[in-house]
Amino acid sequence: MTKIWSIPGGIHPPENKAQSLQLPLGEVSLPEEMIFPLNQHIGAPAEAVVREGDQVLGGQLIAKAKGPVSANIHASTSGVVVAVEERTLPHPSGLSGPCVVIRPDGEDRMVEFSPCEDYTALSHEELLEKIRAAGITGMGGAGFPSAVKLNPRGNQKIDTLIINGTECEPYITADDILMQTRPADLVSGTQLLAHLLGNPARVVIGIEDNKPTAIAAVRKAAEGTNVEVASFPTKYPSGGEKQLIQILTGKEVPAGQIPATIGIVLQNVGTTVAAWEAVRYGKPLIERITTVVGEALETQRNVVVRLGTPIRHVLAEHGFIGKKASRLIVGGPMMGYALEQDDVPVVKTTNCLLAPSKKELPPPAPAQACIRCGMCAEACPASLLPQQMYWYARSEDYERLEAHNIKDCIECGACSYVCPSSIPLVQYYRAAKGTMRQMAIEKEKSDRSRKRFEYRQERIAKAEAEKEAKRLARQKAAEEAKKKLAGQKAEGKEAAASAPQADIVAAAVARAQATQKSPEEEKARLERSVLSAKGRVEKLHEKIATAEGEMKEKLAAQLKQAELKLSEAESKLAAFDGSSTATPAAPAADDPVAAAIARAQAKMTMAPDEKLRANLDSLRERLAKAEEKLAAAQAEGSDKVDALQAGADKLKEKIAASEKELAELGPVDPVVQAPAEQDAAAAAIERAKAKAAARSSMSDEDKLRDQLQSLEGRLQKAGDKLAQAKAEGADTVDALQTGFDKLQGKQQELREQLRAINPAAPELQDPAAAEEAPAEAPAAAPDAAALAIERAKAKAAAQASMSDEEKLRDQIDSAEKRLQKARERLAKAEVEDDPNIDAFRGAVEKSEAKLEKLQGELT
Amino acid sequence: MYELLITHPFISALTALVALAVVFGGILGFAAVKFKVEGDPIVDQVDTLLPQTQCGQCGYPGCRPYAQAIANGDAINKCPPGGQSTINAIADLLDVEAPTLDEEHGEESDVKKVAYIREDECIGCTKCIQACPMDAILGAAKQMHTVIADECTGCDLCVEPCPVDCIDMIPVEKTLADWHWDNPANRTAVQHHDIIATDKQPSNDQDQDGAAA
Amino acid sequence: MTDFVVILISTILVNNFVLVQFLGLCPFMGVSNKLETAIGMGGATTFVLTLASICSYLVHNYILQPLGLEYLKTIAFILVIAVVVQFAKMFIEKTSPLLYRVLGVFLPLITTNCAVLGVALQNTAKAHNFTHSALYGFGAALGFSLVLILFSAMRERLAVADVPVPFKGAAIGMITAGLMSLAFMGFSGLV
Repeated sequence: MTKIWSIPGGIHPPENKAQSLQLPLGEVSLPEEMIFPLNQHIGAPAEAVVREGDQVLGGQLIAKAKGPVSANIHASTSGVVVAVEERTLPHPSGLSGPCVVIRPDGEDRMVEFSPCEDYTALSHEELLEKIRAAGITGMGGAGFPSAVKLNPRGNQKIDTLIINGTECEPYITADDILMQTRPADLVSGTQLLAHLLGNPARVVIGIEDNKPTAIAAVRKAAEGTNVEVASFPTKYPSGGEKQLIQILTGKEVPAGQIPATIGIVLQNVGTTVAAWEAVRYGKPLIERITTVVGEALETQRNVVVRLGTPIRHVLAEHGFIGKKASRLIVGGPMMGYALEQDDVPVVKTTNCLLAPSKKELPPPAPAQACIRCGMCAEACPASLLPQQMYWYARSEDYERLEAHNIKDCIECGACSYVCPSSIPLVQYYRAAKGTMRQMAIEKEKSDRSRKRFEYRQERIAKAEAEKEAKRLARQKAAEEAKKKLAGQKAEGKEAAASAPQADIVAAAVARAQATQKSPEEEKARLERSVLSAKGRVEKLHEKIATAEGEMKEKLAAQLKQAELKLSEAESKLAAFDGSSTATPAAPAADDPVAAAIARAQAKMTMAPDEKLRANLDSLRERLAKAEEKLAAAQAEGSDKVDALQAGADKLKEKIAASEKELAELGPVDPVVQAPAEQDAAAAAIERAKAKAAARSSMSDEDKLRDQLQSLEGRLQKAGDKLAQAKAEGADTVDALQTGFDKLQGKQQELREQLRAINPAAPELQDPAAAEEAPAEAPAAAPDAAALAIERAKAKAAAQASMSDEEKLRDQIDSAEKRLQKARERLAKAEVEDDPNIDAFRGAVEKSEAKLEKLQGELT
Repeated sequence: MYELLITHPFISALTALVALAVVFGGILGFAAVKFKVEGDPIVDQVDTLLPQTQCGQCGYPGCRPYAQAIANGDAINKCPPGGQSTINAIADLLDVEAPTLDEEHGEESDVKKVAYIREDECIGCTKCIQACPMDAILGAAKQMHTVIADECTGCDLCVEPCPVDCIDMIPVEKTLADWHWDNPANRTAVQHHDIIATDKQPSNDQDQDGAAA
Repeated sequence: MTDFVVILISTILVNNFVLVQFLGLCPFMGVSNKLETAIGMGGATTFVLTLASICSYLVHNYILQPLGLEYLKTIAFILVIAVVVQFAKMFIEKTSPLLYRVLGVFLPLITTNCAVLGVALQNTAKAHNFTHSALYGFGAALGFSLVLILFSAMRERLAVADVPVPFKGAAIGMITAGLMSLAFMGFSGLV
């Protein structure tokens, strides 16, 4: 005899099992319409694989399991799919859900099942697949997919298989009749499951002792097998999973765990037989035995009913008298639920349809106050404290409920049953459990929300920080530029006070040397400064040519100053270039600039004190030139004579001063030269400084462009003048022609430089070399230059004829282009890790700023 | 010294008390340094209780700032999305009396809502995307936007910025997954009919016994 | 050894400071809404009481008495208690911020817990030696914690129970405290 343990608590409600056992197992006819909810089981709803209008056969798959915990659903007869739509579900909520609706054709054709004579020949996986494909779920109540349950995790060794034939709830006899009518199938199914679980040491079918016929039948069938049949005293709820395990093995399933953790698997008898049919005959789960019972019915019996049959149809076949019924219950009176509508179908878990009369199950009495009698605690099979849980559930103290292990409540209803105050205790627990589950979900969601929000905040903060950093960088750059400017001014002043030679350009060069690392860049910088100085000289030359009267004097002074600067810058450049750099020798002696370069080259190795002397030389040379010019002017009787004379005088003065200076300070400190400058010169220095400062804040490219522009302007003017002179047959034509040519050359050179800056790193070609061109061929202006001039003129003309808006648009376009180019260059520089990357970045930013400004103007 | 103290009770009293005060002051000063508290861990705990809708109905830019404010003594009843249950939870945590929700900040709604964009009306302005604290709206400029319903907390911050008013707050339907029984305490007597397990009636028992016999 | 046991039983049960001598009623009613809080308060009070009774003994016997300043003992004891409470407050704030927040104003109010001063004064009145003083303070604190925890456990249940409306809240608390007091009176005669 099997040792039987007992469980705590439990109740003995009237069994009411006799009514449905009077008649043999019946059948239910085909209904008009069958409904197959896609979610009849625990887990994810299945996915419909048929569509409206499809012809289906009995046993055909109509919905496929989705995910690991899910189950297939099969049509239970042949017919046409009339809809896949939302229908009311057989669920206490009365909610609707997706269902496949089939109209049977009445022929009840079945698909061909593939039987299997010897399941032991099949592998474990194949067997499981068969069970899974058949859509077998637990048929006792919850409907957990059996294939999942029969495939415990690797580390869980199953030593006991229990088949649950307890059926402890009142009224229900579906399992009883199954065991009575098909004991052999049950035993075979049990053996199959045992085989699947690796033949556990103990295989036992547990049946309550209120089913003597079933016990006898199963015992008989189990004779000679290793299947043990245990009977134990009737008590509700010994059919609960954990309770039955405790009764048959004496072990308790730990709280919050599944039986497999203690090596036990438990299956319902209905499930066992269904699994057997699935493996042996290949038959999917399409029908089940359901108890149809209650005093509101004319016939009370057990029936084999096709899944999907509407409950209304089943009841109608059993003579349901609606007036007599108090309500309609699916499941037993303890754990079942009342239906609002009777058009819901029979599903895999529908083990009983209870239609009690009003006398049989009157509505519950209203709940009264708890009198703390403690009967609920005595009845609880899970050894919980229902009364405490009731108070906490009422006050929604979920923390305490958790502490009182409400999760171990099996919702058997024993506490409610014994409550003398008719308090629907189990309902409180169900609600609390549901709320707690909901709260857990919400908690999870809110945690996720918090994370998302925090990530978002972080992202935004990062973007802000980047923006701010950029802004700061720009601000810093601007400040630095300002500082530079101020420094320049200060230095310039200092230089003006102490030494006219140490001019602004030199200072800039020195700063550039301090800040720049790349020698190429340094060189470029020097070259640029030379160029700008040259530009100034040129400009002054030109101005002198055009200036009148007193202006000339001033201009001459400026010129002198500018030339000084130029020579200084050039000498610096030359010094930098060194002897190794192939700097072409000055080709044309008459070109003062080229001469200056030559001088600078010569000066390359000179001591600084000699520089002064060199300067003096250049001054003398210039004086000579000025005197020449003066002589020429005098010969021509030009009105410029006076001016030229003044310039020459001034030069003389200057030379004298320089000589004196040199003599005084000599080689000791040639840099410190007292400024014997006139006001005009000082003013010019100031202006030059301002301009230089403005330039230094400009990007190189812009500077060049600026120069080019001014040059173009000058060129145009020069051209005009030349044309005028030619027309008047003036004798200045030659001089003008020369100036024009020079200007053209210069322009050409600038263009080249610009191009050099533009497409690649600012690797300027040697300015001296560039200068060669105009020097060598001053008369033959290059066609390209002429063309460019033409273009520029055309553009200027076009611009003049354009409206402002169009002009702006034009400018925007070109600015955009430039920006594009600058960006490209920047990208390239980034890739190549160019040391000039900062300059490029500056250029891009400037272009952007300009574009923005232009756009602002346009709008 | 001792004689002086004995003979002049006033001086002795003064000295004793001053000495005590100095010693104890020293001890407290040490403790103040030793047990210096940094930060307020209460904020985290309050923050976990808040619903994380980041809706700003409380007047703070998000749940955490409000948690901060609560820790600094602000009223705990300013969170309509959390509703009374959140207020109760915070009250429980801080051990204060749970006030009712401050209607000034909005009303508690029993149904959860999610934003829904009527997609054929959406002009793709991205305004709602910028407004969404959850990044729960997908879309790009001049492309139709859509709401990731699972991530939407129903804060309705996206409704206001929409220039074409194509965002609706629609209630979330109850599904089988989130359905649960109602608390019987909140039900009327009429609704009790679907509770089965209390069906034991004395008269009923007798009837059954009679039938069985 | 027996006198130790006698002192403990006497202070915890027979002469329980709260329910028999009715000292320290204000935290007894104020901090008994939640069990956790009550346990925290019990712990804090135990700490303070024991330490305060030791310190006050030292102050009394080694400073006040030699100088003949017994008349200053109330002031001196209050000073001692205030310092110990402040120390406990800092300690709790550091170690358990939640408890700190939950105890709220009652934590600094331990200073004015009459049980604390009462113990110190009774120690001097009964001329306890050092060990007895410490034990007396500790026992009194245990008694206080015991009834506080018992009471809060009951109040937690009362909070969710169907109490008639007029009795809800503090009223039923008072009644319960009265009943508890009656029950503790039953211990008289034990020692």
